[in-house]
Formats: sequence, C-alpha cells, structure tokens
Amino acid sequence: MVDPDKNRRTFLFRLFAGLGIVAGLEGIWITLSTLGSQRNTTPAGQEKAFEAGPAQRFPVGSVTPFPEAGFYLSRLEDGSFLALDRQCTHLGCNAAWHPDEQRFVCPCHASAFDSRGSVLNGPAPRPLNLLPVTVDAGVVMVDTATRIRRNT
Amino acid sequence: MKSREPARPVTAPRTLWPSRSLLGHLRPARVPAVAIRFTHTFALGGIAIVLVLLLMASGALMIFAYDPAPERAWQSIVILQQELLFGRLLRGIHYWSANLLLVVTGLHLLRVFLTGAYVGRRRRNWLVGLGLLLAILLSAFTGYLLPWDQLSYWAITVSTSMLTYVPVVGEELRYIVLGGDTVGAATAVVFYALHSTIMPVVFVLLLSWHVWYVRLAGGVILPPAQRNDTSGNEWLPFAPNLLQREIAVALIVIAAVMLLAMTFGAPHGDPANPGLSPNPTKAPWYFLGVQELLLHFHPLFAVVVLPLLLATALIAVSLSNDESSPAGRWFLTPNGKRLAVVGSLAALLLTPLLILADEYLIGTAGWLPGTAPVISQGVAPALLTGVGIALLYFALRRIYSPSRMESVQTFFVFFTTVFVVLTAAGIWFRGESMALVWPW
Repeated sequence: MVDPDKNRRTFLFRLFAGLGIVAGLEGIWITLSTLGSQRNTTPAGQEKAFEAGPAQRFPVGSVTPFPEAGFYLSRLEDGSFLALDRQCTHLGCNAAWHPDEQRFVCPCHASAFDSRGSVLNGPAPRPLNLLPVTVDAGVVMVDTATRIRRNT
Repeated sequence: MKSREPARPVTAPRTLWPSRSLLGHLRPARVPAVAIRFTHTFALGGIAIVLVLLLMASGALMIFAYDPAPERAWQSIVILQQELLFGRLLRGIHYWSANLLLVVTGLHLLRVFLTGAYVGRRRRNWLVGLGLLLAILLSAFTGYLLPWDQLSYWAITVSTSMLTYVPVVGEELRYIVLGGDTVGAATAVVFYALHSTIMPVVFVLLLSWHVWYVRLAGGVILPPAQRNDTSGNEWLPFAPNLLQREIAVALIVIAAVMLLAMTFGAPHGDPANPGLSPNPTKAPWYFLGVQELLLHFHPLFAVVVLPLLLATALIAVSLSNDESSPAGRWFLTPNGKRLAVVGSLAALLLTPLLILADEYLIGTAGWLPGTAPVISQGVAPALLTGVGIALLYFALRRIYSPSRMESVQTFFVFFTTVFVVLTAAGIWFRGESMALVWPW
C-alpha cells in the first residue's frame, strides 16, 4: 500500500531540491556575469581600427613601434606588413625592438623574436601574436581589438 | 588514547580569566603543564593570529585612504604616506605583518608536521590549515597589486600570465582574473574587492574553525608519555600561567612589527607604466619557487603539474594515519630525525647542483630532437628527476628501514628544502634577464 504522506513528502522534497539546484545555477551565473561586468576591452567580434599611416612611410625591412596602440608594424622584404603584439608570449612583459640586433628582446626573461615575431631564443613557447592588417587606399589600418594566436 | 581536559574540580581556583564567558570558549580553563613551555610550539600559531589581527586593524584604516582606480591608486598611497597622521607607519605595519605572516605560517606548518600533529583527530584541522595557507597566499597576492607601482604592476602581469599555461581554460582564466587582456581598471576592482572584503571574511571563518578544532582535539599535541595522563596533577589554570605568556608573545610581536615598520617602512617605487617592463621582472617572493621552476621545466609542468602534485601530497599526508605512531614528539623517533637530516641535506646539495647543471651544462631539449617541447622539456626532465629521487629513497630505505610515517616525513622534509632552495634562488640569485648572479 502506498502511504500518501510519504508520497507527498518525496514529491515536495524533490520539488525543493530541484528548485535549490536551479537557484544554485542562477547564483553561479550571476557571479560569473558580475565578475565579467568590468571587462576593459571591446566585445568580441568588434573591430577597433587604428590608422598606422601611409604604406610608403614604412621602408622595406623596417620595424616601427606604436606604443599608444601596443604593437609593432614590421614591413617584410617582400613589401608586406605584419602587425606584432608587443606582449611577450612567455609571461606577458613587453618585448622591445632592438634595431642594432634586428630582434625583439623581452626584458623579463630574455626571450628573443625576429622581425616576423618567430622565436629565436626561449623561454617563450610561441611566436608573438599578430594583429589583423589591411591596406586601404595606400593607408595601413590595424585592428587593435583582435589578437591572432600562432602556435608555431 | 583520548586526552581530555579533566572535569573541573568543585573547588576551582578563582582566576582572573572569565572562563564562563565568550573568552572562556576561545581558550581552555586549564592546560597541561608541558604544553605551556615556549619551545613546545614556539607559539607560531599564536604569533600568526596576532599578525592577522594587526593586518586587519591596519588594513581597515587604510581602506579609508586608498583609491582603487589605476590613475589615482599610486597617488593615494603617496598622500597616505605623506599627509596622513602615522600613514607611513600604518602601511609599514601592514607590509611587515603580511611578510612575517607568510614566513610564520610556513614555520607553523613545519612545526605541526614535524611533531606529527596531522593524523587522527587532527586530520580535519590539517585540511583547514591548508585552506588558511591558500587564503594567506591569495590575500598577499591580491594586496601586492594595490600600491600600483612598477614592481606590483609587472609582478601581477607575470604571475597572472602563468595562468595561461593551464590547459584549455588558461586564457579564459587569466581573462576573468584580470577582467581583461592586461592589468587595468577592472583588475584593480577585482583585486581590491577580494583583498579588502572577501578574504578578511574567509579569514575570520577559517581561523575560528581552526582554533576551535585545536580545542576539540584536546589542545596542542603532547608527547606520548604525557598524552594519557589525565590525573590532573600536571594541569594548570589557563590564567595566569598560559595567559601571561600569550600576552608577552603578542607584545613582543607587536613591538617587532612596529620596529620593522618604523625602520624600513614599506616600499613604494615609480608609478606603474604599462609600456615599460623592468628588467628583471619577478613575481612576489613567495611565488618565486614556481618562477624558478619555469626556467627549468616546460610551463605545463612548472605551473600546473608540479604545484598540483605538491597540493595533492599536502592533502594526502593527512591520510598516512598510523595510530601506533609516536606522534607528539619532534621527528617521531631518533631514526626519523636522522632520516630528516639526511633528506634535508640531500635536497640542500642536489637542488643548487641541478640548477647549475641545467643552466650551464645540460639542455634536455637537445636530447630528444623532433619531439614536442612538452615531452623534451616537461615529461623527460620530470621523469629523470623522479627516478633520481626514487633511487635516493630506496638507498635510504636500505640503510634506515623507516616506518611509513618516517618515510612520509623524509619526503616532506626533502621537498620542503627543495622549495626553500628554489625560492631563495629566485629571490637572491636571479638578476638581469633572470641570469644566475651573486647577490653581492
């Protein structure tokens, strides 16, 4: 025989346990969205165009720093452009361009990168991140809201 | 086996201590005479509590003067130090209490472990203590950013970048902690909220729990001979016997912190400049052991695998429950003491040798050409080190034939020494570009 009292208790217990789980998930969701509310970058997918200047201002083989936007513009031998993020891929210090040695050197742990951002010396595990570059009517534009991660 | 406070005699001696009020719940009415000796615990737990109270008092006052916005934070500390009455002293007290707390907590953990006070009834409290250690590290770390000078800005940059080596979620983890790609306004809010609001609450809860568990286990651990003695002959009233010693220790600690604060103050360098990384850039000193590991192992091992192993081991030691063990005596047994000395000396000798060898002689990257760096710089050196330690262990086993708890203790002492040597190397022997240098 089924005890109606017991059934009712089980039902109520499950109901409140279920509601408790929903409340818990809600709590986690609220916590995560509160933590994220202060994010100091533009939302993903949104471009932030930075005008670097006319293409002919950058000689072939040159590396030009843009400290206000946090990247280096490197013009390769074939005339193409690479925008390299200055943040070292090891622990996030700023790599600096040394023109005399033709390499980026990170002052924190001596990682070195060539003008394409490839690793010359560890401990950095990855090449420098890239920023998307477009040349629009002879003017170099860099999207500073996006970082392209390279694994080798 | 259980040692309990003896029932209070009907004619209890009248003391100053209000043992029937709230204070009476915090401290016992009577204590074993042997537990009162200073060298029994070196009062390390009590010193830590005094330092936490100093931190809370000085921190609570500084909240009113500090401004957690990147463009004003550095300046608000200059104003605090130069224009506020005793502002410089306040900051000095906070700084020195925090640094001393990290050292004292480490020593307290060592004392608890080496007297075997982590098994049986005390196991739960060992785990609460580990939680407190984590809370102390988190508090110290979140506080490190707040001066907003070059030192704090880049130390936090470097330390949080270590998070990116956590597989899969690493980048997202760093993003959440920083509230963005780099240390900025959102980071200041996250760190300040944790440091000044959440961590103090965690401290009050965990500390009360920790102290209550000590009483629940019948007070501090005693040598086996005294443990079963419940005759009451060797028990003394808490006040004045232990109370006056506790007050004396607290006053000495406060005086020492005041002296350090007045003499050296707290450092405050140039304001943070996100465009200029200083050379070298180091993590806060208590994380320099990990940063030193990063120079020798693949980041996945240095930042994730090895620290996780350490945490697991610290939790797991409380499971090495051996009721027949002579817990309560330093180093368990004379044999245990010999092993601990040998293990510590081995680590003291081998760690610097391995650091030097890795720096100048061997490069495991070259041994296995064509394999992924995680194998050649992570798995391979870790396995090699592991095999070396295993060989050492089996050699010691043959000579000393230790019991289970003695083995655990030897490992503990060995790895503690390794950690201390790595940290010391990171603090004093790493100079420009993290090259090895002499500190003088």
